[in-house]
Amino acid sequence: MDFNDSPEEAAFREQAKTWLANAAAKHQGSGGGRRPNTPEHMAAAKAWQAEKAGAGFACITWPKEWGGGGGTALQQVIFNQEEAKAGVNYGYFTIGLGMCVPTVMAFANDETKQRFVGPAVKGEEIWCQLFSEPAGGSDVAAARTKAVRDGDEWVINGQKVWTTGAQYCDYGIVLVRTDPDVPKHKGLTMFWIDMHDPGVEVRPIHQMSGGSEFNEVYFTDLRVKDSQRLGEVGAGWKVALVTLMNERLAVGGSSGPNYNEIMKLARELRGVDGPAIKDAAFRERLADWYVQSEGLKFTRFRTMTALSRGQTPGPESSIGKIIAANQMQDLGNVGMEMEDQYGIITDPKLSPMEAAFQQSLMWAPGLRIAGGTDEILKNIIAERVLGLPGDVRVDKDVAFKDMPTGR
Amino acid sequence: MNFDYSDDQKFLKEEARKFLAARCSTAAVRKVLDNDDVSHDAELWKGVAEQGWLGAAIPEEHGGLGLGHVELCVIAEELGRAVAPIPFASTVYFLAEAVMAAGSAEQKADYLPRIAAGELIGCFATSEGPGPVTPASLSASVQDGKLTGVKIPVTDGDIADVCLVLANEAGKPGLFVVDLKASGVSRETLKTMDPTRGVARITFSGAPATRLGAAGEGFAITEQVFDRAAVLLAFEQLGGADACLAMAKEYALERYAFGRVIASYQAIKHKLADIYVKNEIARSNAYYGAWALNTGAAELPIAAAAARVAASDAFWFASKENIQTHGGMGFTWDVDCHLFYRRSRQLSLVAGAPKVWKERLVSQLERRNAA
Repeated sequence: MDFNDSPEEAAFREQAKTWLANAAAKHQGSGGGRRPNTPEHMAAAKAWQAEKAGAGFACITWPKEWGGGGGTALQQVIFNQEEAKAGVNYGYFTIGLGMCVPTVMAFANDETKQRFVGPAVKGEEIWCQLFSEPAGGSDVAAARTKAVRDGDEWVINGQKVWTTGAQYCDYGIVLVRTDPDVPKHKGLTMFWIDMHDPGVEVRPIHQMSGGSEFNEVYFTDLRVKDSQRLGEVGAGWKVALVTLMNERLAVGGSSGPNYNEIMKLARELRGVDGPAIKDAAFRERLADWYVQSEGLKFTRFRTMTALSRGQTPGPESSIGKIIAANQMQDLGNVGMEMEDQYGIITDPKLSPMEAAFQQSLMWAPGLRIAGGTDEILKNIIAERVLGLPGDVRVDKDVAFKDMPTGR
Repeated sequence: MNFDYSDDQKFLKEEARKFLAARCSTAAVRKVLDNDDVSHDAELWKGVAEQGWLGAAIPEEHGGLGLGHVELCVIAEELGRAVAPIPFASTVYFLAEAVMAAGSAEQKADYLPRIAAGELIGCFATSEGPGPVTPASLSASVQDGKLTGVKIPVTDGDIADVCLVLANEAGKPGLFVVDLKASGVSRETLKTMDPTRGVARITFSGAPATRLGAAGEGFAITEQVFDRAAVLLAFEQLGGADACLAMAKEYALERYAFGRVIASYQAIKHKLADIYVKNEIARSNAYYGAWALNTGAAELPIAAAAARVAASDAFWFASKENIQTHGGMGFTWDVDCHLFYRRSRQLSLVAGAPKVWKERLVSQLERRNAA
């Protein structure tokens, strides 16, 4: 039991490090910020992605013929670690390359693959995933956006929501209802669409956190060719499962302060009696956060070990987001309470650590929901890890159009 | 990355599980639980010695198997799963580890082979009353090689041959080895939350005592021994927590209420998922502790504290929610849930309560950050 790379892993890490040191030094622009989407940041991100693709470090696990690196999942993890250390990781491509393009590769015809895979790998075109709807968040299969066949085309009308990056994406994969007369899982079909089509309207969502990272996407008589279909008519749910399988890997961990930063804050702040860090209740919480976040780190190491030994890691990784998101919320709140009355201030010029704790508090509710709510993730653990039965379903044998919908 | 048991260690784990399934069923554990005159399973103790487990981490030159501490962790996990009613922790995690960490060449040659052979049961006496053990909490003292004082509670103190005692000498804490069969020792078995483990009050009145380690270093050595034991105890807790999850799952899958198995209700599914998450976090922290213990890493104090905090939390949570999942049946004497509930308390308290370990963890982090 140790943390050492195998000789092959060590060789790959060395190779990645050497390449990164050289390429990162030449790279113009910083990798800072999640997805600020300024023209300069986007241009730098695209240039970096092209650089990686040229060296076989973009999409390391994909076959070389598709522009990938022909490598292993563990090599991808190693590269990600080294890339993060080099400070040049950008967030724009994660969903497209992690979820959408693999779906295209699995279900599109050759012509489509030839046209789209290469440019996506090189960062020339960015993809988004259009699944969630106002009426179906956790229940993705309840999608109401409909597509009606018209000769060799389909006409799409409806609305998607919570689409990350829709404002800068070029293409997307969209799950739509093509048959409302059959039970919900059986009447869905998947298409790829051009996000620049006039039938597509992107409206940013004003989030409770103040920002607008997510969007609503409206389709008004959007016409797509039947050749844009991914998988069979009515087989959209099967296709979506392939996409979603990759989601837990694509949704990143939390940013924001961790146990180290709150410890720093506690050392600097005054408590009721001496420095805040001397408060016994705070120290207990701190120990819990340490144990959780180190526990997650070592759980990731166990996952890497499974990869290294040629095993497939299971849905165990579902525990990561549950813990990280809840800890972010707790830590934000305790940080604010430690500042006492002053904690209500969110002005980064006045608030300790540029209001990082206040920002965590306002972001955490989103993280607890995005990419599978706490509750859905617990269902996944219960059903796929522990093997407990699925819920009793009242919607399985009912035609979609007859399903009760409420609001 | 190689952060998991090796194939050999997994094989050992399987073998240990099979051995304990045959020799340490809960029916066997209940023989100790239900009989006030018996405080351990002597047959099982003999069997465990024959397997070589007592000497798994003891070097071959001292009669052990010299396998290493990860192997000992593997065994500990299985002992915890089986709620084994034997003085394994007292003898191996405390006495043998203390002798290996701080004993003289003579002490190692004297004690380790006898421990490995199953000829000697040990125990560790630090507490003298309610509240955490600190240098200020000690009244027991040694003068001219004679120990006087009262230690309570001493796990396995009623059956042990040798006791490691934390006591003052010339006003400073020292660690001493005392032969419990010698004169000047009286002991009495106490009633405890977990009757599958014996506990005693030991009164020393001028009992001959030999120092282990340097004079005045007793508290520091005790902390070192606790660090090592904490990792091993964490594996017992992990095994117990895992057993609770398996038990709760099995019951939930066969119990029907309102026309369906209770495992299909989200209230139960989410409860079991919560147990699973805590168990995984405990396992990952315990593995880090195993690595630090096995390699003698400088990170051991932090790793041990994190392992103990995570495993104490996981076992407590799993053991109480296992009862809850069993409903009324879980509250009966006949269903095994309470064996784990009791053992979870025993393991959380025996080397100092989690609250104390959380404080140790944070002070270690402060020290690390200051460095």
